[in-house]
Amino acid sequence: MTVLVIAEHDNKNLKASTLNTITAGTKLGSVEVLVAGSGCSSVAEEVSKINGVSKVLKADDASYENALAENLAILIKDLSGNYSHILAPSNTFGKNFMPRVAALLDVCQITDVLEVVSEDTFKRPIYAGNAIATVQTSDSIKILTVRTTAFEKASQGGNASIEEISSKGDSGLSSFVKLEGSGSKGPDLSSSRAVISGGRGMASKDNFVLLEKVAAKINDCAIGASRAAVDAGYISNDYQVGQTGKIVAPELYIAVGISGAIQHLAGMKDSKIIVAINKDENAPIFEVADYGLVADLFDVLPQMEQLL
Amino acid sequence: MKILVPVKRVVDYNVKVRVKSDNSAVETANVKMSMNPFDEIAAEEAIRLKEAGKADEVIAVSIGNAKCEDVIRTAIAMGADRGILVKTDVETQPLGVAKILKAIVEQEGIGLVIMGKQAIDDDYNQTGQMLAALLNRPQATFASKITINGDSAEVSREVDAGSETIKVNLPAVITADLRLNEPRYPALPNIMKARSKPMDTKTPEDYGVDITPRIKTLKVEEPSKRKAGIKVESTEELVEKLKAAGVI
Repeated sequence: MTVLVIAEHDNKNLKASTLNTITAGTKLGSVEVLVAGSGCSSVAEEVSKINGVSKVLKADDASYENALAENLAILIKDLSGNYSHILAPSNTFGKNFMPRVAALLDVCQITDVLEVVSEDTFKRPIYAGNAIATVQTSDSIKILTVRTTAFEKASQGGNASIEEISSKGDSGLSSFVKLEGSGSKGPDLSSSRAVISGGRGMASKDNFVLLEKVAAKINDCAIGASRAAVDAGYISNDYQVGQTGKIVAPELYIAVGISGAIQHLAGMKDSKIIVAINKDENAPIFEVADYGLVADLFDVLPQMEQLL
Repeated sequence: MKILVPVKRVVDYNVKVRVKSDNSAVETANVKMSMNPFDEIAAEEAIRLKEAGKADEVIAVSIGNAKCEDVIRTAIAMGADRGILVKTDVETQPLGVAKILKAIVEQEGIGLVIMGKQAIDDDYNQTGQMLAALLNRPQATFASKITINGDSAEVSREVDAGSETIKVNLPAVITADLRLNEPRYPALPNIMKARSKPMDTKTPEDYGVDITPRIKTLKVEEPSKRKAGIKVESTEELVEKLKAAGVI
């Protein structure tokens, strides 16, 4: 069986999510990777050096610059005949175009694959991760989005060939206008080794600087936030960890002033070590924390900064 | 322009779900059911567009058992004009639902579909994208802002990198994310009035659609629980423990 993985990238660098997705792919068969972008040669080069990748397909065209779902779906559908499975990371990139591919092929899609049980059977979370379903598809081609935190990152060391494939052009249905990032400093939340997140308890936008100071003392530590903090306007939504934000599973997750709503827990409960700092001893976050500290975060954060 | 709002009846978001003892499914008997929260946001947006003169009619549709009429009535009480109930006792899955919605869109001459980005029960996050594909129309998923400008719409999308804005030609399919708006609570008189608003009852067969599930659920389990941790007394102790664990 040959499997196609759709690479996530920004035309210059590969996103780490692709590495986890490749690992999921290797459990199903020989992995080929599609790099669709504009001026994306460096990404294709990067992918060719990943262990487990047998071939890189490069579709380099302006119509793929911003990963518009309409254009990607047509390209992937056209390639689909060669593959038993098509995989993409289960994030806002993969979830956008994969169902479109599935519908064009008249097949179902399995979202958020946590585990490959067999070539047609997979585990996935339902009800925000409060239950895990084992599902089986009877479709001839399996369209999967992969929960990246459930799979290790593929290692470096491959030497795959790069094949250029032609563009299917622009659908003319939609166009990119702009992307406004927060210009976030520091490590990427989705792939960092550690995360320190602030919740409503942070009480203001300015107080997030306290988290930044602690993060600066921890190796590869990104800043995150709960939905409550985002909704209160303390920080922008690209920092949000949770069911509707980013799903993370770092080695160390420090939840500061976060009560632990189900939707937040769904985004971080697979972290290796969880620390909770909250002055409410009944906060549900303590139920998932390895180390809980019932204290005022405004005392604890400066102390941590000193001690680290 | 007519707007179609598909609404799903799901276990209320405040309910702590339980897995059935035979591991066949999540328990839904005698559990409070409500409109999927993302669909509520979609309904609110459609109604606001109508109130702003950008749409002429808002139609709410639900697909499922007879009780799905409740969520259609809720959408009507919020301000939708009428409803369509597509009655079936077969388990609904995204592809089958998208096929029924396609038939309705074509029959009703729908210009814009606004729906939740995902249902909070099966968490698939697929139906809008599938519908857009089947209709060969553009899609704007995870919408946090919608601006209609004549024959196109500018939509801001909540993506991992921040906020992306795209332009889609109309007709289109838009899926709603959390920050699009805050849905209104329907006023009591509107809830009463909603009971007498028009509602068509159909079946998947009426639309010539086969909704046989493609995905078979073999087993549903509780997720593995994290083992209970410990409480530390001070910041010093916390830092010591983390150093001992080798994570800092």
